[in-house]
Amino acid sequence: MKLNENTILKNWPIFLVIALLAVSPFMMNNYWIDVFFFFGIYALLGLSLNIVLGEVGLFDLGHMGFMAIGAYTTAILNTHFGIPIIFLMPVSALAAAGFAWLVCSPIIHLRGDYLCIVTIGMGEIVRLTLINNPFGITGGPNGVFGIDFLSFGGPLVIDTSIESYFVIWIIVGLSILGLINLQRSRIGRAWNCIREDEIAAESTGIDVRYYKLLAFVLGAGLAGVAGNIYASKLMIVSPESFTFMESCMLFCIVLIGGMGSIPGVLIGSAAISLFPEVFRTFAQYRMLIFGVAMVVMMIFRPGGIWPRKRGAIEFKSLLPKAGEDNV
Amino acid sequence: MRIFLEQMINGLTIGSFYALIALGYSMVYGVMKLINFAHGDLFALGSYLGFTLLVWGNAYVTTNFGLAGGMIAAMLIAAIGIGMAGILVERIAYRPIYPAGRLPAVVSALGVSIFLENMIMVIWGPRYQAYPVNVVPTVRFEIGGIHITLLQIIILILSFILLAFLYYIIQKTTFGAAIRASALDRDTAALMGININTVIFFIFALGPALGGTAGVMVGMYYRQISFTMGWNYGLKAFTATILGGIGNIPGAMVGGLLLGIFEMLGSAYISTAYKDVFVFLILILVLIFRPRGLLGEKIAEKV
Amino acid sequence: MSKDSNGHIEIINKTENEIKEINKLNQVVLQTIKLTKKFGGLIAVNNFDLKVYKGEISSLIGPNGAGKTTVFNVVTGIYQADGGKVIFKGEDLAGKKPHQIIEKGIARTFQNIRLFNNMTCLENVMAGQHCRSREGVRSSIFRTSSQRKEESEIREIAKRRLQQVGLWKYRDELAKNIAYGNQRLLEIARALASNPDLLILDEPSSGLNDKESEDLVKFLKDLLKENLTILLIEHDMNVVMGISDWVTVMDEGKKIAEGKPEEVYHNPIVIEAYLGKEEEEES
Repeated sequence: MKLNENTILKNWPIFLVIALLAVSPFMMNNYWIDVFFFFGIYALLGLSLNIVLGEVGLFDLGHMGFMAIGAYTTAILNTHFGIPIIFLMPVSALAAAGFAWLVCSPIIHLRGDYLCIVTIGMGEIVRLTLINNPFGITGGPNGVFGIDFLSFGGPLVIDTSIESYFVIWIIVGLSILGLINLQRSRIGRAWNCIREDEIAAESTGIDVRYYKLLAFVLGAGLAGVAGNIYASKLMIVSPESFTFMESCMLFCIVLIGGMGSIPGVLIGSAAISLFPEVFRTFAQYRMLIFGVAMVVMMIFRPGGIWPRKRGAIEFKSLLPKAGEDNV
Repeated sequence: MRIFLEQMINGLTIGSFYALIALGYSMVYGVMKLINFAHGDLFALGSYLGFTLLVWGNAYVTTNFGLAGGMIAAMLIAAIGIGMAGILVERIAYRPIYPAGRLPAVVSALGVSIFLENMIMVIWGPRYQAYPVNVVPTVRFEIGGIHITLLQIIILILSFILLAFLYYIIQKTTFGAAIRASALDRDTAALMGININTVIFFIFALGPALGGTAGVMVGMYYRQISFTMGWNYGLKAFTATILGGIGNIPGAMVGGLLLGIFEMLGSAYISTAYKDVFVFLILILVLIFRPRGLLGEKIAEKV
Repeated sequence: MSKDSNGHIEIINKTENEIKEINKLNQVVLQTIKLTKKFGGLIAVNNFDLKVYKGEISSLIGPNGAGKTTVFNVVTGIYQADGGKVIFKGEDLAGKKPHQIIEKGIARTFQNIRLFNNMTCLENVMAGQHCRSREGVRSSIFRTSSQRKEESEIREIAKRRLQQVGLWKYRDELAKNIAYGNQRLLEIARALASNPDLLILDEPSSGLNDKESEDLVKFLKDLLKENLTILLIEHDMNVVMGISDWVTVMDEGKKIAEGKPEEVYHNPIVIEAYLGKEEEEES
């Protein structure tokens, strides 16, 4: 996509959102910047789950397990060996992706709800194992603390709210670009085909097993990156951040936004992360309202707030000649 | 050997809780193809309802009908109350969403679950609540060196009666046949003159009613209840459902009992801390080799 | 050597090597030998032999429940055979998965149309070329020039296939939103997009009106010019008679007759299988 006047005019809402995200931290206090940081984390996690759930239609209710692997990889390697956070970002991604490949390979043939419970089980196994402090490296229920800030060497250390805000949103932005490209490729199509009809996809030449695993591996890798940023921002990771409930929240992000829809993921993660803050005055009733809101939402917009539109595919090189449209 | 047998009894006790809750998941899933995530919280609500009844209503009932009377009253009222709650949940949160497919209903179920959990917290407070001690006298029997409490005996007998009762309804009566038929193919069942609405009403009343009863039993057995218990037990019971083969009634019972036994044996012989890890590992292993669960039938998709 | 009515050399009582030679002479594209498939106690396909000759339209016919679709499903790898062989262009397809079989050159459609409903018609056909394209994850994420080139080739081929079936004007419609007859055509276009040697169609004319059926026959005949072989299951006798070069008749999992359409049409065994024996009708 070349950035000329035309594309800016046509896609003005996107540029408006980018502009708003860029200036808004300068108009907020640190509390709200942090809220928006977690919005960014949820967005990244939502995008990663969207690959598995939205694009391929696989029920993954243990997605926080992948993030936990990424976060703990960062935490342990950083606190024990002093490896800088920046180098641990790809390491965490690979660790989470490798874990996904390992645990999903034997179970990838399971259908629908059976796969769902296995992912729940996998997420719970990760969490419970972390609580039990295997080999004394995960710190048990207290977790691992004293994790470094993200630094790019020299004086540039990401240690303020506003800096972490930009780090997470830049990564979200880059991920979105990559994911949009994937959506428009033969891989994205293959994923959608599997979601629509597995048998037809297989008969159309798509290696269903491979592409399902690929979705899990990529999704887990992205969640691992989210874990890395999360760990260095909070400086502490503990098992209670990676509960089944959180995995359910991610599930809701994708479905509230609209399956397979990237703007939908952003809206969904905004809803999940900002809603409880906005309703903070209601104190203990806010989650009550939140539950009701989810039900009401699904009654009135079951397809999500911003479902993916499958529009025209551009034929830039060959504009249809007159009359050709009626072939 | 003695430890093994005692753990088996403990396992069966917990397993019967799981089995009772699992039936709710399984019945709803069988007919509606919906994972009713709110079911665990309905169970927790049952536990709290029983708690209130036993604390506030106990004096009157026990003076007139004795201890057993108090317990049975609490269970009955919890069962009826939670059964009604189940129907209410279905009417409000699920029925309007059925036409939109399965996934929105899952989100709605999660919403109901969050709502119920927080409602319990708002009403009864975020702290643990303790069941009254004297519901069942603490009597301990020793049979051939194996210890078993009166409470365990009562729980085991009661839950086996309930399970047998449900098994009879589902497998032996015409109405049970209607439920099984609806589970196989809802549209065809409707064409055969089965009133699907009655079936839905029944499963959403009976499943939670059994769950509510189990809630009271769990309260009496562990004495301590908290508003998050719905998730913990719900997850285990759902695991049991899948283990046995979802949508399959005997499967849910077998799955629940086996899960309880695995859990207790795991904590006795492997490690208490890792008992849940052990349970989930077994589940995953079973599914790798039997993708439809232990009693689930293999369904070849028609091409 | 004895020849059958179509000029094909008979392969009765020949060794395996001789069969291979003769098949080459006959230009057999697809052959099943003693194919057997059981579902529990039911033998759906029983020692079934089928030959499909290159450049022809072959039909597989038979009464309901004869096992025709099961043969298709075994050939395309959706079911594994319990016995016998499927040989395609001299290669045994045993143990191959459906996505490998389409790569070998067998593309298919389904009896109960299976499109990717929530994707556009163009995307459906583009998906058909999956096995003919190669770009991987990295080049897709970064949208490299080779990836863009391949994508535009995929679009071009998809466009040609859509125009071929006359659905180009619906390219941006979701597959579920187009008319039933068009959905059948779209499924054929999707199968053609993989550039197959053998196209297998499962009841392509079911649910079509007479006009649409006629157009379909014309369209399939035109396809033969593309160096393609077609095997179809068909109920509509008019379609079968008007289109087929070779007909195989199946009943209760077994082959009961084969030959040119008019021979089969008058074969008393075939008539009996379709209409039932008279005594049975009376009792």
